[in-house]
Amino acid sequence: MRVVIAEDAVLLREGLVGLLERFGHTVAASVGDADALVAAVAEHRPDAVVTDVRMPPGFTDEGLRAALDLRRRHPGLAVLVLSQYVEQTYAAELLESGDGAGVGYLLKDRIGDVREFVDALDRVAAGGTVVDPEVVRQLLRRRRDPLARLTPREQQVLGLIAEGRANASIARELVVTEAAVAKHIAGIFTKLDLPPESDGHRRVLAVLAYLQG
Amino acid sequence: MGNRTALEALTQRPPAFLRSAWTWRCVAYLLGSVVPGAAVGLGVMVVGLAGPPVSLLLVPVLPALVVPLIARFERVRLRLVDTVPLPPVPDRRRREAGVAVMTVFAMWWIDLLMLGFTVGGPVLLILSPVVQPEVVPAAGLVASVAGVLLLPVAAYTITAWGGARGAMVRAVLAPTGSELSEVMRSRARLVDAFETERRRIERDLHDGAQQRLVALSMTLGLARLDVLDDSPMARTLGRAHDEARQALAELRELIRGVHSQVLTDRGLGAAVRDVAGRSPVPVDVDVDGLGRLPAPVEVTAYYVVSEALANVARHSAATRAAVTARTAAGTLAVEVRDDGVGGADPARGTGLTGLADRLAVVEGRLSVSSPPGGPTLVRVEIPCAW
Repeated sequence: MRVVIAEDAVLLREGLVGLLERFGHTVAASVGDADALVAAVAEHRPDAVVTDVRMPPGFTDEGLRAALDLRRRHPGLAVLVLSQYVEQTYAAELLESGDGAGVGYLLKDRIGDVREFVDALDRVAAGGTVVDPEVVRQLLRRRRDPLARLTPREQQVLGLIAEGRANASIARELVVTEAAVAKHIAGIFTKLDLPPESDGHRRVLAVLAYLQG
Repeated sequence: MGNRTALEALTQRPPAFLRSAWTWRCVAYLLGSVVPGAAVGLGVMVVGLAGPPVSLLLVPVLPALVVPLIARFERVRLRLVDTVPLPPVPDRRRREAGVAVMTVFAMWWIDLLMLGFTVGGPVLLILSPVVQPEVVPAAGLVASVAGVLLLPVAAYTITAWGGARGAMVRAVLAPTGSELSEVMRSRARLVDAFETERRRIERDLHDGAQQRLVALSMTLGLARLDVLDDSPMARTLGRAHDEARQALAELRELIRGVHSQVLTDRGLGAAVRDVAGRSPVPVDVDVDGLGRLPAPVEVTAYYVVSEALANVARHSAATRAAVTARTAAGTLAVEVRDDGVGGADPARGTGLTGLADRLAVVEGRLSVSSPPGGPTLVRVEIPCAW
């Protein structure tokens, strides 16, 4: 996979390049600000972009704006946005862009869990949706009443769906069979009156939309 | 007794008021008008005796001599009815002259007439058996009793006039706003400076420690790939990795407390949704259509909501809270309510006092309704015209 990285902290940028290359990806370009990111994407046509939210010159949300802009200009471009802190508004704006397929929003901390991080990038590049567990945790806390009807196990599964995990990944995480996961998911969707979606980013969006109320 | 002016003293309960020294201070204050009265009388006499052409010369000279003295006198005796120190004002001389002219032409004789009637009336009534021995004794006695009953009323009349006159003098010497608004502006500058400093600290932590910790966590993560899963080295690395993660999480909370980047980027609505999303008590948020507001207003309102929601989580035992924010007629109104146990008391300093102080700088108002048993409603209004 060919990736363009935008991150203004040199230490981290070089670290990310090393990390992705180690897992067999090609880093077409690594840049330090939003304008350079837009230019690099136009030049290299990567499969995916990894960008920090906050970058020069304004150090506010240039990276996120650039990501949204790139999604408009290059439909189908996968974008993984890294943020220093969880911000529901940013997550919501990303998920709205291009039908929510091929976007990810993760806390920067997650880079440390290198395997999971690269796995998340792969899922985003494959058209999936990845949402930071922290975002999901906040959303789950907000909708309390109908969620009370779910069993603790179903609530766990719901959280993992919202993060963008596929059935196989959920099964691994909970150490159960995929069949058991499928059964839980069917139960959740019936109880919450959600449209049955087999898998993929539409299912994530349906659950997130439900949680956002 | 906690009252700083005669007018404030009037609001006490009657027994407390009548026992206080304020009536006597007002009597002394009004009696002081004898001095400017005498000065005026003396002046008129001198001019009259001198006759033209000397009097023509004296007419402009006498006021020039007398006015500063009377102004000084007014300043000093104001302390009898108004113990709040007078703030320095830029055009002090002009203002003092105004007070002196007011005294010379009108106030002194109004003061004395007022005193005469309010004290003289009851005193005459009381003494009526003595001064009018020809009337029936019973009628005289009734008049005496009426006079005694009128004395407390006189105390109110005298204090009211003394207080009102003091307020007039103060209004001329140092009108509200002339000095206060300057204090407000300098406090607003101070708050601005604090906010800028917090932003700088946040930025330094974000660019420095936070990035290094993320890089450290990444390096540890990569190192873990290179060791066997069940080796002692893997366990040590795992612990180090967990520590780094924990440090990052703590640093993130710290940075967020110092300064909200979302607030700067996306305004009050987004920042309120953000802080509500992190509350352990579920919060309904209605902040649609707020748009961007002046920075001091947004920052202050954000602190109010953060503090109020922190209080909800800490003290209220609520199961649900709600935040609404609206702008109407140039004023931002924010309400935070919960279904908890109530009993929040701003006077007991549950963080509410700090909020009131912050609000004062932007001329905002805080009201709290929190009866024991709940619910609690915190409402703030902040003018948006900055």
